[in-house]
Amino acid sequence: MATSVLEHRAPAMTHTYSKTGLWSWITTVDHKRIGILYGATAFLFFLLGGVEALIIRLQLMGPNGTLVDPDTYNALFTMHGTTMIFLGVMPLSAAFFNFFIPIQIGARDVAFPRLNAFSYWVFLLGGIFINVSFLVGAPPDGGWFGYANLTSSRVMEATAAAPAPGMNIDFWVIGLQILGIASIAAALNFFVTIVNLRAPGMKMLRMPMFVWMSFVVQILLLLAFPVITVALVYLMMDRNFGSSFFMPDGGGDPIMWQHLFWIFGHPEVYILILPAFGIASEVLPVFSRKPLFGYTAMVFSGIFIGFVGFGVWSHHMFATGMGPFADTFFSLATMVIAIPTGVKIFNWIGTMWGGSLRYTSAMMFSIAMVALFIIGGLSGVMHASPPADLQQTDTYFIVAHFHYVLFGGSIFGLTSGAYYWWPKMFGRLLHEGLGKVHFWLMFVGMNLTFFPMHILGLNGMPRRVYTYPEGLNFEFWNQIETVGAFLIAAGFLVFIVNIIKTWIGPKNAPADPWHGATLEWSIPSPPQEFNFPKLPVVGSSMPQWDARRAAGGHLPEPALVSGDDIPMPNPSYWPLMAAIGVVLVLGSLLFVRIWPHWWQFMIASTLFLFFSVFKWAFEPTGH
Amino acid sequence: MAHAATAAHAPGEIDEHHWTSTGLNNRKVAIWAFIGSECLFFASLISTYLVYRGKSLVGPLPHEESQCMLHGKMQTCDQIFSIPLVTFGTAVLLFSSFFVVLALNGAQRGNHKQLLTWLTATVICGFFFIGMQVYEFSHFAGEGLGYSTNLFASTFYTLTGFHGAHVTLGVIWLSTVLILAARGKLPPEKSLNLEMAALYWHFVDVVWIVIFPVVYLMR
Repeated sequence: MATSVLEHRAPAMTHTYSKTGLWSWITTVDHKRIGILYGATAFLFFLLGGVEALIIRLQLMGPNGTLVDPDTYNALFTMHGTTMIFLGVMPLSAAFFNFFIPIQIGARDVAFPRLNAFSYWVFLLGGIFINVSFLVGAPPDGGWFGYANLTSSRVMEATAAAPAPGMNIDFWVIGLQILGIASIAAALNFFVTIVNLRAPGMKMLRMPMFVWMSFVVQILLLLAFPVITVALVYLMMDRNFGSSFFMPDGGGDPIMWQHLFWIFGHPEVYILILPAFGIASEVLPVFSRKPLFGYTAMVFSGIFIGFVGFGVWSHHMFATGMGPFADTFFSLATMVIAIPTGVKIFNWIGTMWGGSLRYTSAMMFSIAMVALFIIGGLSGVMHASPPADLQQTDTYFIVAHFHYVLFGGSIFGLTSGAYYWWPKMFGRLLHEGLGKVHFWLMFVGMNLTFFPMHILGLNGMPRRVYTYPEGLNFEFWNQIETVGAFLIAAGFLVFIVNIIKTWIGPKNAPADPWHGATLEWSIPSPPQEFNFPKLPVVGSSMPQWDARRAAGGHLPEPALVSGDDIPMPNPSYWPLMAAIGVVLVLGSLLFVRIWPHWWQFMIASTLFLFFSVFKWAFEPTGH
Repeated sequence: MAHAATAAHAPGEIDEHHWTSTGLNNRKVAIWAFIGSECLFFASLISTYLVYRGKSLVGPLPHEESQCMLHGKMQTCDQIFSIPLVTFGTAVLLFSSFFVVLALNGAQRGNHKQLLTWLTATVICGFFFIGMQVYEFSHFAGEGLGYSTNLFASTFYTLTGFHGAHVTLGVIWLSTVLILAARGKLPPEKSLNLEMAALYWHFVDVVWIVIFPVVYLMR
């Protein structure tokens, strides 16, 4: 979106804006509020994806399950994957990007506050768009990977009985395009923020590890999402306009979809995991009372993972028969990624080694994240080898692998971040006792759910089957997995109870409850709108520890100050308007096959989008 | 605005409200990052065109005679590209990149006449290129090359169509800046508003420099 490019500096800010109420949230451009919006929205989508998973587990609990029919099952695993990746883990990471990247680098806001609001609104509307498919009875059902030509069939007329025939995949294609715009806009914003808004003295190699890993993620987003955009355009053309990009009868090649999808899809898995790596790298040093072991090695291994992550996509495609040369190349490249990942794991262990450990909830989630990620990483190295992969592909072994890295890795890391940063975000400490209960339920439940999948997979249970017959020895482990899934759900119920209990409890968080090392702990909890009354000057990668040491071990609570003289950006509703415009423009493509006036609607929507963007561009920004 | 409020700073301290770590304007870093992202977008489109080159099952084809369906019956069609027309369009687009540099130079030096003259020339060139593409597409359609006729058509129209959409956005952007400039709202200290559009415009040109030989000249 080439939007915020014609901004003009406003004359003096003449009026003040309400800081409370619904309207203040709709028009907010404050990165902290947008971060909270991202977190709350993503958590709701995460619960939705969790309910989908529970239905899947109930269906598979015994042989010949009849809870859902095969079509519903297809929709459930498709939407579970799509929701968890695009509406759960990515925006939960974005919640922390929003709230903490500016504060950790000593900035007052992101580089483009209104673009930030725009990203959130596009994400919210895109998430709703995809899930509306359930309400019209056409949920996406082609898997989160949407393999052509399962998804590229050209279909069918509307009838009264089926008003949305075959629109399942259209919801998915267009929904992902909408979410892609949100991701690219956010990635541009954070890229510029990290490059350009670091406080004086905050050199690149003094940045907190969370900022570093986030920085790599923004670059991956910027480079990976254009590729999926193109692939989705082709798929949409095949479905609606008769082209043959992935259709063999017209000379096209379905494998082309797989290449384009995984050139995006593999960097995407690092987009999902690197924020969790960053969070663990913040939490482990603080609760070990030791600086992060091997800071520079951690930085460069993160960069290396991101770089090589673009050269391994075809390891998702060994089963397509690419030939020995391609198999060898992608196999070796995949194994190479284990090296920087191993560096990170040893550095986390080195950080804890000899430290004085404090087993807070945040610390336990981070330690578990390291342990569980090792299991997922090792099974990943196993199917980096094509002969092994040909046995494991499309079995539950793969499902076990990616849940160990994405649930054991990403979700444990993000949950650790929630416990660690909650006091800073809301001024209240989450209850530690309930946190421990949450941890053990989730840890035990996670391993009960996903470890048996290794065994089932090696015993030949295929993925994506809606049921299985008796007598294949699948029953026992499937029952255990279902029990585990409900333990995880119970864990999150405890988390929700903890959130409510904390919400109605007193504001009990000091500015620096954990004796943290980074800048966010130097300001009040929750931070004031402008974050820093005066931009900090940074002398090391652990500025707050330096300040504490210089003060003789005890720092006074930072005082709240009046920020009236600090100019902050004006609130604006044009980002929301532009986001609605984006969704209308792309959403009109949903009706290509069923509504002859779809293109007039699209032109009208485009005009509205342009109008909103112009209003946005010429609006006084206030700073 | 009320920046005077920050006068609490001692002399020699940084100006907090214009501080950037690199010294570059945020918007300039953003447009470069956006261009980097766009490179992958066009790389995907161009790669697909190359992978599917020569895989069309029926004509018309870009560089050779072929059997194609026209007016309801199979017949022999000529090659479809008209290289001279596109070469001229390419030259116009490249000159427009030069013109926008002159316009930006005028904006930065406060030379209003230079700014308006060359920015107008740039916009006219942009319109000409769009017109050429519209003519080309409608001519191809008349020759029996619809969007879904064959793989060449689908990959060609998608690639050049997206480039054309970028040119169109660029023209809208440059026209907006031109209107601002004509109203005297583009003084030298705001020349970045033109520079942003110009960087985008150069990028769109550079993409065409790749597309032109790969699509039109390579046989």
